[in-house]
Amino acid sequence: MFPSPSFPLTAETWLRVGPYIPVLLRGLGVNIQILLGLIALGFVVGILIALLEVYAPRPLAFVGSAYAWFFRGVPEIVLLFLFYFGLSRTFNIPVSPFLAAVLALGLRSSAYQAQIFRGALLSIPHGQMMAARALGLGPVRAIFHVILPQALRLSLAGWSNEFSSVLKDTTLAWGIGVVEVMRQAAYIRGRDFPLTLPIYLTVAFMFLVLTYAGNWAIGAVEKRLRVPGLETRR
Amino acid sequence: MTLLTVEDVHKRYGREEVLKGVSLTLNRGETKVVIGPSGTGKSTLLRCVNRLTEPDSGRIWLENVEVTSAKTDINHIRAQIGFVFQDFNLFTHLTALDNVRLGLVSVKKLPKKEATDRAMAELERVGLRHKAKAYPAQLSGGQQQRVSIARALAMDPKLILFDEPTSALDPELIGEVLAVMIRLAEEGMTMIVVTHEMGFARSVADEIVFMEGGVIVEHGPPDRLFRSPEKPRTAEFLRRISELYGQEGR
Amino acid sequence: MNLVFDWAWLPRLSQGLVLTLELTALCMGLGAVFGALLGLVRVYSGGKFSPLYWLASGYVHFFRGTPLLVQLLTIYFGLPTVGIALSPFWAGLVAMTLNTAAYQAEYFRGAIQSVKAGQMMAARSLGMTRVQAIRHVILPQALRLVIPPWSNELIYMLKYSSIVSLTRLDAGTMDLFGAGRWIQSRTFRYFEVYIIVALFYLALVLILTLVLRWVEGRVRIPGLGTPRRSV
Ligand SMILES: Nc1ncnc2c1ncn2[C@@H]1O[C@H](COP(=O)(O)OP(=O)(O)O)[C@@H](O)[C@H]1O
Ligand SMILES: [Mg+2]
Repeated sequence: MFPSPSFPLTAETWLRVGPYIPVLLRGLGVNIQILLGLIALGFVVGILIALLEVYAPRPLAFVGSAYAWFFRGVPEIVLLFLFYFGLSRTFNIPVSPFLAAVLALGLRSSAYQAQIFRGALLSIPHGQMMAARALGLGPVRAIFHVILPQALRLSLAGWSNEFSSVLKDTTLAWGIGVVEVMRQAAYIRGRDFPLTLPIYLTVAFMFLVLTYAGNWAIGAVEKRLRVPGLETRR
Repeated sequence: MTLLTVEDVHKRYGREEVLKGVSLTLNRGETKVVIGPSGTGKSTLLRCVNRLTEPDSGRIWLENVEVTSAKTDINHIRAQIGFVFQDFNLFTHLTALDNVRLGLVSVKKLPKKEATDRAMAELERVGLRHKAKAYPAQLSGGQQQRVSIARALAMDPKLILFDEPTSALDPELIGEVLAVMIRLAEEGMTMIVVTHEMGFARSVADEIVFMEGGVIVEHGPPDRLFRSPEKPRTAEFLRRISELYGQEGR
Repeated sequence: MNLVFDWAWLPRLSQGLVLTLELTALCMGLGAVFGALLGLVRVYSGGKFSPLYWLASGYVHFFRGTPLLVQLLTIYFGLPTVGIALSPFWAGLVAMTLNTAAYQAEYFRGAIQSVKAGQMMAARSLGMTRVQAIRHVILPQALRLVIPPWSNELIYMLKYSSIVSLTRLDAGTMDLFGAGRWIQSRTFRYFEVYIIVALFYLALVLILTLVLRWVEGRVRIPGLGTPRRSV
C-alpha cells in the first residue's frame, strides 16, 4: 500500500529538519493553549463536582458522580467528535475545532480532577471542619477558607499525573482538524516525504521535554507549598 | 564433632565496622545463645554464617566444607542451615502447608506427595497441623513463628540459626515458641539463638556468648557467666537486662 | 432539529465492539509479557551499572513521556520511509502494545518492589537460587499486587484503542469508534452516532470493571495487598 522507499536517517536528513522546527513549535504552541484552557476548565468544574460529591445532599451528589462517570468512561477521541461534530453539525452551534477541543478535553479532565480533589477533601480530618464551624464560619466559608486550601495542596501529587496525561491528549485535537503540532507535522510530511520519520521523532522529543519539564515544575511547586504536618498518606 | 567453625569474620557497612573479627566453634547437638545490646552485630553474624550477608573477610566451615569459599555452592549450604527470622518472613501468598513444602519441592526436589507428608509431619511437630490451610495473615504471631520453625525443620538442617525469634511477639505468645525451641534443643538439634530470653538461655544453652561492639566480649557456660561474669561490660549488660525483664529474665 | 437513531447501525457497531475487545485483549496480553520483562530488568538487572537497566529505563521513559498518537503516526507514516510498512491494524496494535508495555513495566516494578525484602531473604535462606526465589516467591505476590493498576490500565487501553482508525479507516481499524465514523459518513447523524458509540464504551467499561473486580476478589489472599475501597 506504501511504496516503501528507504530514506535512512542520516545526519544530512536530520539537518534538513532544522528549518521546520519553528513551524512545529508554532503548532506546539497551540497544544499548550489547549492544555492551559482545558486544565483551567477542568480545574473549576472539577472542584465543583468534587464539592458536590462530598458535601451536597444525595440527589445532587449523585448527579456529580454520574457526570464524572460519563466523562471518565468515554474515550477522549469520541468526546472530541461528539463535541465538535455534534455541536457544530447536529445542533448548528458554531464552535471552532479549538473551542470544541478545550471543551471536550476540559470536561473530561474535570472528571479526573474531581476524583483527585475528592480524595483530598475526604482525607482532611473531620476536626478541621468542626474547628472552623466552632469559630463561627458558615459552611461555605469553612470550605473555602479551611478545607479547600489544604485539599488543593494535597492534590498536587495526583495533579502531576493528570497534567502529563492531558498534555499528551492535546494531540488528539488533530482528529477534529485543530492546526496543532500533529497537523503541522502532517503538512511537512506532505511537502517533504523523506522527512516523515525524523519529523515525528522530533515531535516526540518535544513532548518528552514538556512532560518532564512540567512534572519537574509541579514537583517544585509542591515543595514550595509544603506545609509541615500536612502530607498525603502513602 | 565440630559442626560449625567461624574464624575471624569481619564485616563493615560503609564506614562502620559491624563485625570486628568474630570467631566461634559449635559442636554437633550444641545450643549456643548469643546475647548483647542491639546494634552490636548479632544479626549480621548470623547472616554471615549462611552468607545471606557476605562477610568482608574471615572464613567459615560447615563440617569440612568451607562456606566462604567461592567454589562452594552456597545454595547447597543454605539448604542445610535453617534460619528463623525475628519477623517470621513467612511467604505471604502461601498457606502454612505450602510455606513448609516450598523448599522441599523447589530445592530438595521431593515428589509432591512425599513433600506434603513431610510438611504435614513438621506442622504436627510444632502443633499446627490443624492450621495447614491457613494463610500467614490468618495466624497469630506465635503461630507464624512456629510455622517458620517447621519450614526450617523440614529441610533436615544440620543447624538452625534463630535471630531473636520471640522479639516481635506479644508477651503471651512467647511461651509457645520457646516451648518448641526447648524441645528441639532437648532432641539434640544444633542451634545458635540470639535472644533476650534469659530464662530460656539459662535452661537450654550449653554456652552463652556475650557480644558487644562487633566482638565477642566473653563466653562460657550459663551457670558461670550469669553468676560470675569476668568482664565488667558483661556484668553491666546482665544487670540492665534483669532490670528490664525481672530477676530471672523472662 | 430531530434526533434519529436507527437499529440498522447495530450490526456494524457490534462488529466494531468485537474489534475493540480484540485490540484491547491483544495489546494487554502482549504488553503484559513485555512489560513484566521490562519491570524485572529494571529491578534485578543490577541498577545503574548495567546497560540493560538503562535500555529498559530509556524505553519506559520514552514511551510514557510521548503521546500514543505520536507513537502511532510515527509507526504508520514514519517507518515506511525506512522500509517498514505496516497496515493500519498492525500499526495500531504495535503502537498500543509498545505503549502499554512501558506503563505496565512501571506497575510491575512497583509491585515487585512492594514485596517485602524479608521474602527474598527467607527464600534464599532455604537454599533457593535468585531465579527460583523470584519465580516461586516474588512473582506470585507481585502478580497479585499488580492486578488493581493493571485493571486500570486495561480500561485505559480499552478507551485509547479508539485512536487506531485515525491513521486510516479500513476493515482492519473498524473498531467501535471506527464503525461510528463509518456510519456517520453515510448518515450524517453526527451527535446521535457518537452518543451511541459513547454509550457502548461506557457499557464496556462498566462490565469490564465489574469482571476485573470479581477476578481480583477471586485471587485475593488474606494479608496480601490492601482491599479496594468500596464505592
Ligand atoms: N544492610 C545494612 N546496611 C547498613 N547497615 C546495616 C545493615 N544491616 C545492619 N547494619 C548496621 O549494622 C549494625 C549491626 O546491626 P545488627 O547486626 O542488626 O545488630 P543486632 O542484631 O545486634 O541488633 C547496626 O548499626 C546496623 O545499623
Ligand atoms: Mg538483630
